[in-house]
Amino acid sequence: MNFDLSHFTAAFVFAVCASTVFGITQRNTPREMVRYGAYCFALFVGGVIVASWVMWAIKH
Amino acid sequence: MANTQNATSANGATTAGSMSIIAPLAGWLVPGLGHFLQRKWGRGVLLMLAVFVMFFFGLGMQGKVYGFNTGDLLDILGFVGDVGSGLLYFVARTMDWGGGNIQRAVADYGTKFIVVAGLLNIIAAVDAHQIAIGKKS
Repeated sequence: MNFDLSHFTAAFVFAVCASTVFGITQRNTPREMVRYGAYCFALFVGGVIVASWVMWAIKH
Repeated sequence: MANTQNATSANGATTAGSMSIIAPLAGWLVPGLGHFLQRKWGRGVLLMLAVFVMFFFGLGMQGKVYGFNTGDLLDILGFVGDVGSGLLYFVARTMDWGGGNIQRAVADYGTKFIVVAGLLNIIAAVDAHQIAIGKKS
């Protein structure tokens, strides 16, 4: 078993798993869980994209 | 009649009391089991999948599984995080998985994946406890 993930894929898998657990454990109703999970996922992936553009801007 | 009701409620309280200990312990040992015991099947499956995927992706990326140590603070914290995965951690240590690979950048991500899998499992076990004591439905 040997995965050779790109940085973005690794961050994506991390975001899916972490936001699933956050959504289930931090809210009470299924609807709120889905909403909060989606919110966390968007922040994780959005944060990665923003940080990567910031690093690109710093380099150039 | 009143005695029967009292006995029933006392029995229920005892069950809830023991479940408040068993559920988080079971949830720690096997991710999702704390929720399965309380018939939260969907949540249990999702939590189990999330922790298993994180843990095995971490191993697949050649991440390191920390052993017990008293050295560097970050290594100690890494061990604490890894142990959060419960049986997954002990199986990985027994099978000698997770040797790490300092030549690959992705292996460092794998190490973090394994630690975070343990931390997420601890959050899930606490959630099972919250359900058992009735703080959460």
